[in-house]
Amino acid sequence: MNAIVSKENLHIPHLDKQPEMLVCEELRKVYPTPKGDYVVLDDLHLSIKKGEFVSIIGHSGCGKSTLLTMIAGLNNLSGGKIQVDQEPISGAGPDRAVVFQSPSLLPWLTALQNVMIGVKQVFPHASKAEKLDICKYYLDKVGLGNDFDKKATSLSQGMQQRVGIARAFALKPKILLLDEPFGMLDSLTRGELQDVLLEIWQKEKITAVAITHDVDESIFLADRVIMMTSGPYAKIGDELVIPFERPRIRKEVLEHPAYYDYRGYLMDFLNH
Amino acid sequence: MKDKTIKTIKFFGLSFLEPLLRALSGEETQKNLASFIKKTLFPIASIFLFILVWHLGATALFNKEAEARIEKAKTEQGEEAAKAMADCIASGDVSCQPNTLPSPQQVYQAYIALWKDHLQISEKKSDFKEKVADTNAQREEQGLSPITYTGRPSFLDQIGTSLKTVAAGFLLALFIAVPIGIIIGLSDVLRNSFNWLIQILKPVSPVVWLLLVFMIVKTVITDPNMDKSFIISFISVGLCAMWATLVNTSLGVATVDKDYINVSKVLKLSIGKQIFKIILPASFPLIFTGLRITVSVAWMVLIAIELLAQSPGLGSFVWEEFQNGASDSNAKIIVAMFVIGIIGFLLDRIMLTVQNFMTFSKA
Repeated sequence: MNAIVSKENLHIPHLDKQPEMLVCEELRKVYPTPKGDYVVLDDLHLSIKKGEFVSIIGHSGCGKSTLLTMIAGLNNLSGGKIQVDQEPISGAGPDRAVVFQSPSLLPWLTALQNVMIGVKQVFPHASKAEKLDICKYYLDKVGLGNDFDKKATSLSQGMQQRVGIARAFALKPKILLLDEPFGMLDSLTRGELQDVLLEIWQKEKITAVAITHDVDESIFLADRVIMMTSGPYAKIGDELVIPFERPRIRKEVLEHPAYYDYRGYLMDFLNH
Repeated sequence: MKDKTIKTIKFFGLSFLEPLLRALSGEETQKNLASFIKKTLFPIASIFLFILVWHLGATALFNKEAEARIEKAKTEQGEEAAKAMADCIASGDVSCQPNTLPSPQQVYQAYIALWKDHLQISEKKSDFKEKVADTNAQREEQGLSPITYTGRPSFLDQIGTSLKTVAAGFLLALFIAVPIGIIIGLSDVLRNSFNWLIQILKPVSPVVWLLLVFMIVKTVITDPNMDKSFIISFISVGLCAMWATLVNTSLGVATVDKDYINVSKVLKLSIGKQIFKIILPASFPLIFTGLRITVSVAWMVLIAIELLAQSPGLGSFVWEEFQNGASDSNAKIIVAMFVIGIIGFLLDRIMLTVQNFMTFSKA
C-alpha cells in the first residue's frame, strides 16, 4: 500500500513542464473571538500547476472552505500570500470562477441570463450574438440545451448547479474553484454532475480546485488529492497523486485494481 | 385552458374562485364544491350575519332614542305631547326621527340618494359645458383660461379627488423612501446614524405631519393660484406613509443573500450594476411589502388629513355630513365608511398583484 505514496509517485508526468498557476505561501487565517484569536489555517503551503485538477479533502470545519474563499478573494488573508499566474491576487475576480455549494443563481433571472451576466462582464467587447453563443454553448454542454429561458427557481437543485457550472466555465477563468459543489445533491444526481463537470473540464483543461468531503468524488475528479488536517492550525497533512487515465469513465475507475488502495489511504488519513 | 385560467385568477388574488372553476369543469366535483362553500359561501354568510347584527343593533338604538324622546316630551309637555311625538315617530316624519346609528336599509337608501345626486350633478356639468362652449372658445382665442364648473362636487367626484391625493402621496413616498432606503441600506454606518431619527419620526401622528407641512408650504408657496390645500394634503399623506417603505427598503438592501453578493464580487460588477442587477431585484420582495403597507397607511391617514387640511375628498365629505346633521347624514357617513373600506381593500389587492408580478419566488 505504501507503494502508491512513495515520493517518486508524487509528480504527475504530463504536468511536469507546466508553469505554476496557483501558489499559496505561509497562508494564515485568524478569526478573532471574544476568547482570543481562533487560528483556522496556519503556515499553509500549496502549489498547483496549470491544467491540474486538485481536490482538497478534510473533515467539516477544518478550514478547507476558508482556504477556497481566500483563493477566490472573498475572504481576507491574515498572513502569507496567494499568487495566481505569478501575480498576487487582490480581491475577487472572474479569473477565479467559483461554483458555490448552493447554486447561488439569481432567482429573478433565467438560466441563460444567469450565465449572460458573467459573460457580459468578461467579454464586454464581444457582439451580442457572440455572447449569446458562449452562453448557449456552455448551457448546452451541461445538458440544459432546452432550458435556456426557464427561470432559475423553476429548475431542480441539480439543474441549478448545472447552470452554476456553465456560468463558471463561460467566464473562461484561469482557475475554477469548486466549493463542495455537489454537497447538496442526492448521490445519483451527484454522479451525473461529476460526469458533466469532467466532460467539460476535459475540453477546457482549466486549473481546478475542488473542495469535497466525499472520498470517492475526490479520487474520481482529481489528479491529486490534498488532505487537510483538522483545525485549528489546519495545514496540509498529506497528498496523493491519482494517476488514472483521462478521460475517466466511472466504471473503469471503480474497477481499477489500485482504486481501493487509494480509497483506503484517504479513509485512513481521515479516520486518524 | 382551465389551468391557465386558474393561474390567472390566482395571480390577481381571486383564488377563492378556484374550487368553483374546478368543480364546474367536472374535476372532483364533490370535494371542490365543499371547498367552494368553505372559501366563498361562508365569507358571504359572515357578511349577512354582520348585517343582521347591525340591523338588530340599529333597531335597539332607534327604540331607545325614540323612548327617550317620548319620555322627554311627557315630562316636559305632558301626555298629549308624548302621544303626538309617538305618532310622529311612527309616521316616519323627518322632523322628529331619532338621530342614531342608521340601519342597513337607511344606508342603502343613502347610497341610492348619493348615486342619484351624482347623476344630477353630472348632468348639470355637461349642460354647463355646452352652455359655455362658445364662450370658452372665444376666451381661448383671447388667451384667457376657460370658465370651469364650480358647483358642489358629487360623492363620486370626492372619491376621485381622494384617489388623486393618495396617488400623489404614494408617488412622493415612493420617490423619497426607496432611494433613501437603498442608500441607507448599503452602509452600516448610515443605517446606524439614521436609525434613531427614523424610529422617532415613524410614530408621529398624521395630524402633526399636516401642521408641519402646512408651516413649510405656507412659506414656500406664495402663488395664490396654486391649490395649496391639495399640495399640503398629498405631501402629508406621503410623509406619513413613507416610513414602512423606507424601513423595508433599507432592511431589504442590507440583508441581501450573501451568496448573491459573492457572485457579484466574483464577476467584479461595478457598483451601479451591483445595485441595479443584484441588490435591487434581490430586495424587491421586501420593498414591495413596504409599498403595500405604504398604500394602506396612505389611504387610512388620508381621511384625517383631508378633514383637517380642508381639501376636498372623502375626508371632507364625512366631516361636512357630520356637521350638516340632516336626517340622512349619518347614513351617508356609513356609506362613505364602506366606500373607504372597499377602496382600501382594492388598492391592497392591486398592490399585491403588482408585487406578485415584480418579485421572484424562492424555490
